[in-house]
Amino acid sequence: MSRPRGLAEAIDVLRADPAAVPLGGGTDLLVALRAGERSVRHVVALRRVEELAGVTTGPDAVDLGAGLTWAGMEAQVGATLPALAAAARAVGSPQARNAGTLGGNLGSAAITGSTLPVLLALDAGVEVAGPAGTRTVPAGDLVRGPGDVALHAGEIVTRVRIPRARGPQQFLKVGQRGSVITAVAQVALVLDLGARRVRCGVGAATPVAFRPRAAERAAEAAIDWDAVTADPDLPRRFGALVAADRPPLDDLRASAAYRRHAVAVLAERALARALAA
Amino acid sequence: MPDIDVRINGIRYQDHVEPRLLLVHYLRDRLGLTGTNVGCDTSNCGACTVLVDGTGAKSCTMLAVQADGTEITTIQGLAGGEGAGAPEDWHPLQKAFNAEHGLQCGYCTPGMIMSSVDLLQRNPDPTEDEIRHGLEGNLCRCTGYQNIVKAVQAAAGELRAAGAPGAVVGGQS
Amino acid sequence: MTRGPRIGDPAPRPDGPDKVTGRFPYSSDLRAPGMLWGAAVRSPHASARIVGIDPAPALALEGVAAVLTADDVPGRPTYGLAVADQPAFARDLVRHHGEAVAVVAAATPDLARRAARAVAVDYAPLDPLTDPAAAVTAAPLHPNGNVFRHLIVRRGDVAAAAADPDLVTVEDTYEVGRQDPAFLGLESGLAVPAADGGVDLAVSTQFLHADRDQVAASLGLAPERVRLTLAGVGGAFGGREDLTLHLHLCLLALRTGRPVGMAYDRSESFVGHVTRHPARMWYRHRATRDGTLVSVEARVLLDGGAYQSTSAAVLANACCFAAGPYRVPHALVEGWAVRTNHPPAGALRGFGIPQVCFAHESQMDALAAALGVDPVDLRRRNALAPGDALLTGQRITGTAPAVACLDAAVAHPLPAPPDDDPLRRPGGTGLATGPGDVRRGVGVAMAFKNLMYSEGLQDLSTASVRLAVDGGELVATVHCAAAEVGQGFVTLAQQIVRTELGVDRVVLRAADTSIGEAGSSSASRQSWMSGGAVAAACAGVRDEVLARVAAGRGGRGEAFALRDGEVVSRDGGLRLPLAEVVGADPVEAVRVFTHADTAPLDADGQGDAHVAFVFTAHRAVVDVDPALGSVQVVQIATGQDIGRALNPLAVTGQLEGGIAQGLGLALLEDVVTREGRVATRTFQDYLVPTALDVGDVVATLIEEPEPGAPYGAKGVGEAPTLSSIPAVVAAVRAATGRRLRRVPVRPAHVALGEDGVAPFVVPGGPAAPPGVVTGPEGPLAKPALTDPPGVAELPGGEGGA
Repeated sequence: MSRPRGLAEAIDVLRADPAAVPLGGGTDLLVALRAGERSVRHVVALRRVEELAGVTTGPDAVDLGAGLTWAGMEAQVGATLPALAAAARAVGSPQARNAGTLGGNLGSAAITGSTLPVLLALDAGVEVAGPAGTRTVPAGDLVRGPGDVALHAGEIVTRVRIPRARGPQQFLKVGQRGSVITAVAQVALVLDLGARRVRCGVGAATPVAFRPRAAERAAEAAIDWDAVTADPDLPRRFGALVAADRPPLDDLRASAAYRRHAVAVLAERALARALAA
Repeated sequence: MPDIDVRINGIRYQDHVEPRLLLVHYLRDRLGLTGTNVGCDTSNCGACTVLVDGTGAKSCTMLAVQADGTEITTIQGLAGGEGAGAPEDWHPLQKAFNAEHGLQCGYCTPGMIMSSVDLLQRNPDPTEDEIRHGLEGNLCRCTGYQNIVKAVQAAAGELRAAGAPGAVVGGQS
Repeated sequence: MTRGPRIGDPAPRPDGPDKVTGRFPYSSDLRAPGMLWGAAVRSPHASARIVGIDPAPALALEGVAAVLTADDVPGRPTYGLAVADQPAFARDLVRHHGEAVAVVAAATPDLARRAARAVAVDYAPLDPLTDPAAAVTAAPLHPNGNVFRHLIVRRGDVAAAAADPDLVTVEDTYEVGRQDPAFLGLESGLAVPAADGGVDLAVSTQFLHADRDQVAASLGLAPERVRLTLAGVGGAFGGREDLTLHLHLCLLALRTGRPVGMAYDRSESFVGHVTRHPARMWYRHRATRDGTLVSVEARVLLDGGAYQSTSAAVLANACCFAAGPYRVPHALVEGWAVRTNHPPAGALRGFGIPQVCFAHESQMDALAAALGVDPVDLRRRNALAPGDALLTGQRITGTAPAVACLDAAVAHPLPAPPDDDPLRRPGGTGLATGPGDVRRGVGVAMAFKNLMYSEGLQDLSTASVRLAVDGGELVATVHCAAAEVGQGFVTLAQQIVRTELGVDRVVLRAADTSIGEAGSSSASRQSWMSGGAVAAACAGVRDEVLARVAAGRGGRGEAFALRDGEVVSRDGGLRLPLAEVVGADPVEAVRVFTHADTAPLDADGQGDAHVAFVFTAHRAVVDVDPALGSVQVVQIATGQDIGRALNPLAVTGQLEGGIAQGLGLALLEDVVTREGRVATRTFQDYLVPTALDVGDVVATLIEEPEPGAPYGAKGVGEAPTLSSIPAVVAAVRAATGRRLRRVPVRPAHVALGEDGVAPFVVPGGPAAPPGVVTGPEGPLAKPALTDPPGVAELPGGEGGA
């Protein structure tokens, strides 16, 4: 266990030991360790790394430290990033919201992770730092597969930069029940009125969260951007296109048929709400 | 240099611990604080909830070394010391869980009470719904939660009447 | 000394102070100097031949003290509550996922687990038998065969009813998933070898004496050399009625000569204890057009898993109560409890009745719809009343307030309609459900259940009460082996002693096997049985006290009475403080309490097999998002027959907790197996209801004292879990129009309208011979199969908590 206090120290530690694993709130990693799914010799706890803290709200972008907890997101970005705040509030159990972090959620790249679909819809850039310096990875390029992030050895997620967009944001998540929800499908949607874009992130339905580009383009074309209105049937068609984008998972928590259906319903509602907002 | 330097229930501990040791096992097996229970392996049940720097945390999802530099309160420190003898010294939540029949087998009770402390610190006058949301991460298999909600309401009332914020840090209520 | 609560008073728990301060010692908190830790080696396969077991890699680890296998069991190699068909360790054949193959002892829990993983077991996997319908004709998985019990209950003449063209018929198939007890306190205990060659075991359990007898038999020791003490129990619900780690602990302690502790983790617990029996059921109800039930035909197939446990008695309950709390002149019920390669099923709160209750209440709703009548009116019209006969021919001689329960449940005001708070909608913080997406539904159901053991099984409890003076103050000490699992027997025992003897300071000795047995904390029986034993022991103490006073005065005991801690003469001339009478010479009485005999069922399933019955009714109000299938329970109202509320706090707690468990089975809880392997082994995927899932509960207690019951009280541990299940499902049906023939109801069942229920396949059923009443697939009552040898009965059910 290492407990670096600064980013440079953290990167040094991670570079020195390729087997070292960064630890955010521990809500994912500790469970995996206990289940014997992961075996880790060296944990680098990032809680005290100062560079990972804080939220900066600028005129063009909101900049979030990777150490921000769910509770922090819920409290601090409700006005600027309502979809992210809603996703944070929907994370099960107050204790998990106290501990789990933005960087940890991105880094563990769980299928059910809530941040990635939101960051996709928000067109976020993920700043990572490592021995070779700092670079920005588009949110859509960060996760290659469940538990598999596109980071080089010694790199960690440090900050997330989200361009500010004018327009409504929605986040909807469904699981097997209404409490401590483990998502089987979640949809984030941003109506970017300035750029006249519809951006949608779909999570928990497939191994990696995705953007349904064809559905987005169809919606963009169908919306009257001056009045921000559309044919009342558009949300339904949009939902169907989102669900058809790629084959969903079929597992213990939900069948592929249910996930396909749920994605369609969530996407339909997300667009309908955004247009009504 | 010790691995951890931590205050638990008001007492300072400087200890060498194995890197993989979970906080809950440090509390239970090293310090004998068996009031904090373990009910699952996946941080779902909340029986192991303690306060870390005043905030509810599942001690089964935290390494002991992560507790370095923090103040921790367990159920056994809630009444301000490890003896926790006389009922008049109990935290209002302890009194209320006992009086309102907010427990049966009692296994969830320590975690439930610690989560309730966290809840009341953030929201001294919660609605019934807010209490249920605040206890979402703590399973009870015996009571059906009705009396637990009543107990938290009763304790909140007592804390408000006493003008106390209900803050608990380092074993001082 | 303040005046403590008496019978009927709201009494707080005596263990409450220790439980709210963290001092209460659970079985997982036990430690002993020099102790070792045990861990089991468990099969990853549902069915496999064991080719070899090599303990050497485990023994090579520093700090590993022993590795034991089937070869190390000195006594009977098997155990079981009714039939000893379950091996202490699998020897040649593994019959379920998680079956123990070996057990290790090591210096720390962590090392023990690593050592258990190091034991090299060579398995040759086999195709598991997972279809209970195929079990009857499949090759036997066990020398005892694959049918634990086949039972027919035949009353009247269903064929005549079938021939009546004027009757309205409803028919369907239903399924119930596998519910886990999911008590929070994991299995744990501590065994300490004793100087006499025996062993002392402290363990969380529901039935100390049955544990002791099974452990002793396998250890090859006389029962008195195996001494059990109840350690703090973190919930039970039926899942602690069978042995789990008891025998392994004792074997390790005796082999190593050191104290040995053991504690399951949750994933081990999911395969290490019994679950509720998954059920497939086919039902056909016939009624007159005015809504009078004429006949009920039912087939009930229970998946008992790899070993028998209480399957035979669970099946009896399912069959005897298959039609629910209604007058049914003609009935034919056929049931099977069979062996498969699933983990064993056994006792769980409700004991066979939750399954059939879901089916019979679904049928009553279907019948009401077919008749075009109100479902509550249909139930009221057909409800059992005192003097009516059950399917088994037994007449109800006690109270039967079925209608009162139903009326009370539906009399509660309905909750306010859905409001604007998005968090209260189905799906909660997921915010998936908008205000226009919510449909509200209301459903009603009722049930009844036997109390105590049935079918002639010995049923008794033993208690001692000792009255002494300590520091000038009277102290009553109660000793009884009844297991306190959270239900509140410890509270009740104090209330009884205070009421009977007027002594406020009542101390409870630890429950252990140094006194005679108390039976299990199950079957809603401890208030009646052990409460009765404590009351009887109090009467014994009182008689002795009065005799003592009389002897000193040359009179007879009858001339005196005990009132509020004083001995008074009936002529009013004498008032003597009880403490003075007891003085330095304590008074003690031990009593054994039994109930009226019950009879076995005959070949037609007829007989007075049960002691008494408890009735219940529930009304559920739910909000549903039909498109997503999300359900939020808003309120459950209940009318509950309790005879008499001995402790209103405890009764209400049992109702609320039992309802939460019913709701859990209705909507959330299912142990999913894949090819026989348990796939849901965490609370991430096995969903125990949270405070947000349960909604509000409003209860009316129906107090009609039960003749013959101590204080007129009926046990209430199980009833709340029964009709809460179909009430919730009926409410979801009302909101959505979906059929929903399986519990738990999944979001997909609602959203996609597919409940996955396949047509009922009669186990081993050939084509229907001519003239036999047929169900959907084959004959309804083909010639009874021969029960396997050694099928004993352990009727009953499971108490709360």
